[in-house]
Amino acid sequence: MRFLKECKADATADLVYRVCPMHLLEPRELIKDLKQGQVLEILTDYDGALEDIPAWCAKNGQEFLGVGEDEEEDFYKLYIRKLH
Amino acid sequence: MKRVYLDHAAATPVRREVLEAMLPYFSEFYGNPAAVYDLGAEIKEVLEEQRTQVARLIGARREEIVFTSSGAEANNLAIKGAALANQKKGRHLIVSAIEHHSVLNAARYLEKFHDFEVTFLPVDQYGLVDPQRLQKFLTPATVLVSIQHGSNEIGTIQNLAELAVVCRTQGVLFHTDAVATVGQVPVEVQTLPVDLLSLSGPALGAPKGVGALYFRDKLRLVPQIHGGIQENGRRGGTENVPAIVGLGQAAALVQGELDAKARHLSRLRDLLVAGLQERVPQVLYTGHPVQRLPGHASFCVEGIEGEALLFMLSRQGIYANTGSACASKALKTSPVLTALGIAPDVAQGSVVFTLSQDNQEDDVHYLLEQLPPAVERLRSFSPVWRKKMAAVAGA
Repeated sequence: MRFLKECKADATADLVYRVCPMHLLEPRELIKDLKQGQVLEILTDYDGALEDIPAWCAKNGQEFLGVGEDEEEDFYKLYIRKLH
Repeated sequence: MKRVYLDHAAATPVRREVLEAMLPYFSEFYGNPAAVYDLGAEIKEVLEEQRTQVARLIGARREEIVFTSSGAEANNLAIKGAALANQKKGRHLIVSAIEHHSVLNAARYLEKFHDFEVTFLPVDQYGLVDPQRLQKFLTPATVLVSIQHGSNEIGTIQNLAELAVVCRTQGVLFHTDAVATVGQVPVEVQTLPVDLLSLSGPALGAPKGVGALYFRDKLRLVPQIHGGIQENGRRGGTENVPAIVGLGQAAALVQGELDAKARHLSRLRDLLVAGLQERVPQVLYTGHPVQRLPGHASFCVEGIEGEALLFMLSRQGIYANTGSACASKALKTSPVLTALGIAPDVAQGSVVFTLSQDNQEDDVHYLLEQLPPAVERLRSFSPVWRKKMAAVAGA
């Protein structure tokens, strides 16, 4: 897993406390509105997202950039770059 | 025998147009909105249309509405969901002393099981919360304040905007239980301005078993019913589609009727209040005399028990209540009336009449004919009343 100190995002999907598999459904919709090369930030407290999001990117040809480092918060920040 | 129903805060009939709109969704359009085939997708679309109607009624956006099974569930999701989502910031809640049980007990749950501290905010003699007093109780650990918009027990409508502004200025979330007001008076979430607002179906002429929670923008909530991705992952359980269609239709209908409805209800209420005060001595009109729900008249009739009066009225075909629907069965002194500073012996005589558009002037006249002799009869064998009269005569 790649950890990012800082990553600028063009859009955010806030899925904190929203149940699985919302972490896959909402990003799939939001990424449609982004331009190629733009970054989507996914906020989630669901541990399974650490596996699911990179796997989804690999399957759908999007670039998984990594997980943001933020020890203050009790949720994850994952970043995807839209490739197509 | 004539039947006059004056307990619309407890239950209402479903409006005919609403019922007709609901019926096809029990048997004809029964698909699960989460299903991927067209039978499900069609229902999902209908569900979203209803969400838009409910949002429009309170000036919200469609994405800001979660459907629930009741106003009580909406209150639970608001209080527990928002408090738990923000507990890292602090564990202090403020609720008014005259809230519905679903707010009070949700707060007590957090106190008992999640180490929250809860302040039960006092009210004045009319049931109003003072914004300056609220300000004084806020601490850096306060994460949520919940104050009812209108009281189904005493009719008082709070100065909600002033209270909400106090919280917004301090960065504290503000929830209001608007079950009694949405569908009775205009409610607009942006101008109030609240972060969370609960509403329920029956107050609008929709069926029981449906409600909704408004949550501002993308405010985080910890789900209280754990399940699937229904309601965008905020509330598990397949949506009650027929009831939600009822809520959406009722919301659309009531929006254009609010002014005429309020005029009709307040005219009947004023007739009832003036008539009752003229015909029955020693009656206390509870709640705020002016700033109140248009169809709400609540009293404490001295020297009698409210339950006995209800019984006598029901024998004449008149149906009313002594306070909240659940509290009246417990035969306990109402905590709401106690919070207003009303003495327990006076509070025992609580009686609440809640009107709807279906009521007409002759209903009020019938009540005003039947109520005074019923009170007189009950007082004639009331030792409390006799003692009081003897004291007056002695003085």
